[in-house]
Amino acid sequence: MSSLSWGTIEPHLPILLVILPLFGSLLTTFLRKGILAWLIALAVTLVLPVFSIALLMKVMETGQPIVYQIGNWPAPVGIVYKVDQLSAYVLTVISLIGAVIMPFARRSVAAEIQEPAQSWYYTMYLLCLCGLLGIVITGDAFNAFVFLEISSLATYVLIAMGRHRRALLAAYQYLIMGTIGATMYIIGIGLLYVVTGTLNFDDLADRLRLAIADPGYRNAVITALGFIFVGVSLKLALFPMHVWLPNAYAYAPSLATAFLAGTATKAAIYLLLRLIFSVFGVALTIDNLPIPQILLVLSIAAMFIASFSAVFEENAKRMLAYSSVAQVGYIMLGVALINQAGLTGALAHIANHAIMKTALFLALGAVFYRIGSVMYSDMAGIGRKMPLTMGAFAVAGIGLMGTPGTAGFISKWYLGIGAIDAGMYSVVFLIVASSLISVIYIGRITEVVWFREPSEAAKTAKEAPLSMLIPLWILALATLYLGFDTRATVDVAAKAAEVLLGGIR
Amino acid sequence: MRLDLILRVGAKLILPFILLFALYVQFHGDYGPGGGFQAGVISAGMVILYAIIFGIRAAKQVAPPRVVEMMVPGGVLIYAGTGAYTMLLGGNFLEYTPLAHDFLHAHEWGIFSVEIGVLVTVCGTMIAMFYAFAERGRS
Repeated sequence: MSSLSWGTIEPHLPILLVILPLFGSLLTTFLRKGILAWLIALAVTLVLPVFSIALLMKVMETGQPIVYQIGNWPAPVGIVYKVDQLSAYVLTVISLIGAVIMPFARRSVAAEIQEPAQSWYYTMYLLCLCGLLGIVITGDAFNAFVFLEISSLATYVLIAMGRHRRALLAAYQYLIMGTIGATMYIIGIGLLYVVTGTLNFDDLADRLRLAIADPGYRNAVITALGFIFVGVSLKLALFPMHVWLPNAYAYAPSLATAFLAGTATKAAIYLLLRLIFSVFGVALTIDNLPIPQILLVLSIAAMFIASFSAVFEENAKRMLAYSSVAQVGYIMLGVALINQAGLTGALAHIANHAIMKTALFLALGAVFYRIGSVMYSDMAGIGRKMPLTMGAFAVAGIGLMGTPGTAGFISKWYLGIGAIDAGMYSVVFLIVASSLISVIYIGRITEVVWFREPSEAAKTAKEAPLSMLIPLWILALATLYLGFDTRATVDVAAKAAEVLLGGIR
Repeated sequence: MRLDLILRVGAKLILPFILLFALYVQFHGDYGPGGGFQAGVISAGMVILYAIIFGIRAAKQVAPPRVVEMMVPGGVLIYAGTGAYTMLLGGNFLEYTPLAHDFLHAHEWGIFSVEIGVLVTVCGTMIAMFYAFAERGRS
């Protein structure tokens, strides 16, 4: 038995990233005390970013993907985990978000979930984290489906545990939509398997190149692409397929909303990028099919229509949920441009949006913890009683608008450059115009919480406890910091974009 | 004298054979059709038959809900634990080769241990689902 040291652990980092939360979730099921389960979840989630950052640094240093063979079976036969710049980057985002909200979780979960279910709640949290990390790290199409289901099933439970009865309905709605999405994904993968006889992403890419030359196979591959595109788009809440998201985010417990808003759609976006760029390749996607055009129209529609919905919302969580749909629109817009700057902006926005949106939802979670509501009418004047909480909310909100000096500006800047590079000047105008709508909805809630007379609920409210304020301010300050120092986001995202675009040339 | 005498005696006769068949399917899985999933369903079927004939309360003495609840994650723990154990022995996750000196023996042991995990989880899940349905509207 070899001793445990960094040298012996390092080759196993990819698998540890997945099985550590899995073991954590199994252990929490045996513990009936919420506090013990929380301690395990805290320990696990704090270790994961260390692993993912180590992987990211190694990949950035060597420029070569790290491959881990499960059961030591080589690639096309066995399942391999493959960490390249893109997956290491998304892994880092997900594991950091998963870790930073854990100190917040203790009080929030204790207040919103009944005691016997609390440890189960952490089980589901860790299981969801395990699934999301698995989607991003795996190099196998079917394994990705399994992790997609693990994370989705855990997510349904996370949402259904909300205090409001409508949480059940929202979870059910998401269950139906999510299952349809997963089914479409697996039909697409099934078709690809029929055509190529393999499930490994790299192997699929190689064999598809040959297969599409045959007109008989070509139609099957295009059908597969259609199924996969729609299926994964459902999961990432691309515009017309987003209807499950606002209710799911609005009625889920605060912790689940903050976690899912930062991570769940991001893992699905990663999967779509991986499949479209690395597996299908632009040869098929760009030259023959109007995928970028469809993406462009849908993402611009998302940016405007979802933003307008956010403006007229009276429930702060639903407002931010609609804003999430709009932000997914920005990310997919960058993908639709299919050039270096656009993709860099899209990938940078994955991290920036995760940080800002998690901060916003954490602030609402702290408000909910104190006054039990996130309706505008109850939140009126809450800023005077909870200045630190709503201060962080304002910082993250300013970032969401894309104000210079914040993280949101950086990603929109690169999206704009990408649009100019692509020769689509009108898109630059649309990015600015839709950002102005976000000024309206963030401005509206800012007006409510700072300038209105305090409501009955707000009069008796106190500042949020320190365990909630610290994660909140870490994220709020990160929003500002990443607006100036972009090494962690843009530089890595640029490398990841190079890798993606390299797969199609 | 209750009228379900034949059912009760018949069930009692059948029950051990169901379990035996489950174990046969379990250990036969390496070489032919069968394995942990099927064996888990069959052995859970034994408990379910017992519950149908003798009542859910009697069944809960045979398979207490607390144990059933622990079987569900327990089986996954056995499966994943096998993988972690092979990592401690210096192999990759779920690489069976270091489990024994002989390659085939090592793989037999690895599959055996993993299949036990599948049996435990599937059996626990089936019984838990049955309890959940059978108890609806009672408590």
